[in-house]
Amino acid sequence: MKSLAELEAIRKRTLERINLRREDESENIRVVVGMATCGIAAGARPVMMEFMNEINKRSLKEVTVSQTGCIGMCRLEPMVDVYMPGKEKVTYVHMTPEKARRVVAEHIVNGRPVTEYTIGATEDK
Amino acid sequence: MRDLSLHILDLAENSVRAGAKLITIGVSADENKLITLTIADDGCGMSSELLERVMSPFGTTRTTRKVGLGIPLMAQNARLTGGDIAIRSKEGEGTVFTATLHGDSIDCLPLGDLAGTVTSLVAVHPDGPDFRLELSSPKGETHFDSREVREALSGVPLNEPEVVAWMLESIREEMEPIFGGVIQ
Repeated sequence: MKSLAELEAIRKRTLERINLRREDESENIRVVVGMATCGIAAGARPVMMEFMNEINKRSLKEVTVSQTGCIGMCRLEPMVDVYMPGKEKVTYVHMTPEKARRVVAEHIVNGRPVTEYTIGATEDK
Repeated sequence: MRDLSLHILDLAENSVRAGAKLITIGVSADENKLITLTIADDGCGMSSELLERVMSPFGTTRTTRKVGLGIPLMAQNARLTGGDIAIRSKEGEGTVFTATLHGDSIDCLPLGDLAGTVTSLVAVHPDGPDFRLELSSPKGETHFDSREVREALSGVPLNEPEVVAWMLESIREEMEPIFGGVIQ
C-alpha cells in the first residue's frame, strides 16, 4: 500500500477544510448515483468516480456523493439525482463520465442544470 | 456486466444490506489461470430457504420487485468458463460467496477496475462497513484494508475527495505487480 504516512498529511489538510465548512449540512449539494445491479451494469461506477474526481480537482467543499438503489427505471440508467439547497431535484439519465464533468461545471458550480441530459428531455423524445 | 469488478461491486452491496461490519473481498489467480473470487461478510446470513431463492433470477429479498439478477448473472458468467459459484451462509454469522472461473476460457470476463470497485464501496459507505481486499497470484500477494485507513485518518471521513483519490491510486499501484499480465 502507498505509505500510510501520506494519509497523515491528507488528514491535516482535510481537517482544516472540514472546519471551514458550513455547520448546517442541509446546505450541502448532494449528488446521488443509482448503484443497483441495473445501474452498475449500465456504467454507474465510472460516473460516480468521475463526480468524485471532478469534485476533488475543483476542491468543492460542500458537495457530497452518495448512492441509491433501483427506482424502477432501469432503461434510463445510469441515473443521477442532484439536490441543490432550496431547489427542486434534477434527475439526469443515461449518464457517462463526460456528461458528469459537464454537470459538475454547469450545474453544481454555476447553478444551471444541463437540461438536455435530464429525464424530462429524454422522455419527451 | 462487462467485467468481474462490476459483479464484485454488485455482490458486495448484498453484504452491506445484510448489516455486515467487515466485508472481505478476495481475488486470486493460480498458475493455471484458475480465478477465485470470494466475498465474505459477517452480516445476518441466510436461512437455507432464502439461500435457495437467491440462486434463482426470480427470487429476491426486495418487496417492490420480483427479480434479483446479481447472483444468477455471476453464476452464468462463471459457468460459461467451466467454473461455478457456491454460497455458504449461516443465520447470525454471515455469508461466504465464492465464484471460480477459468481465466483461459474465451468466455471469461476481464477483471476490470477492481480498485475503482473497492474505492467506490468505501467512499459510499464512509461510516462502515469496512472493506478488506486480498489479492494473490503466482507473482505475489497484497491487501488493502479500510480499517487501516480509518485508523490513520482518525476522524476524517473516508469519503473526503482527497482520501478517495489516495485509495484509488494506492490500490492500483498495489495491484499492478500482482495481476499485470496474469488476468486482463
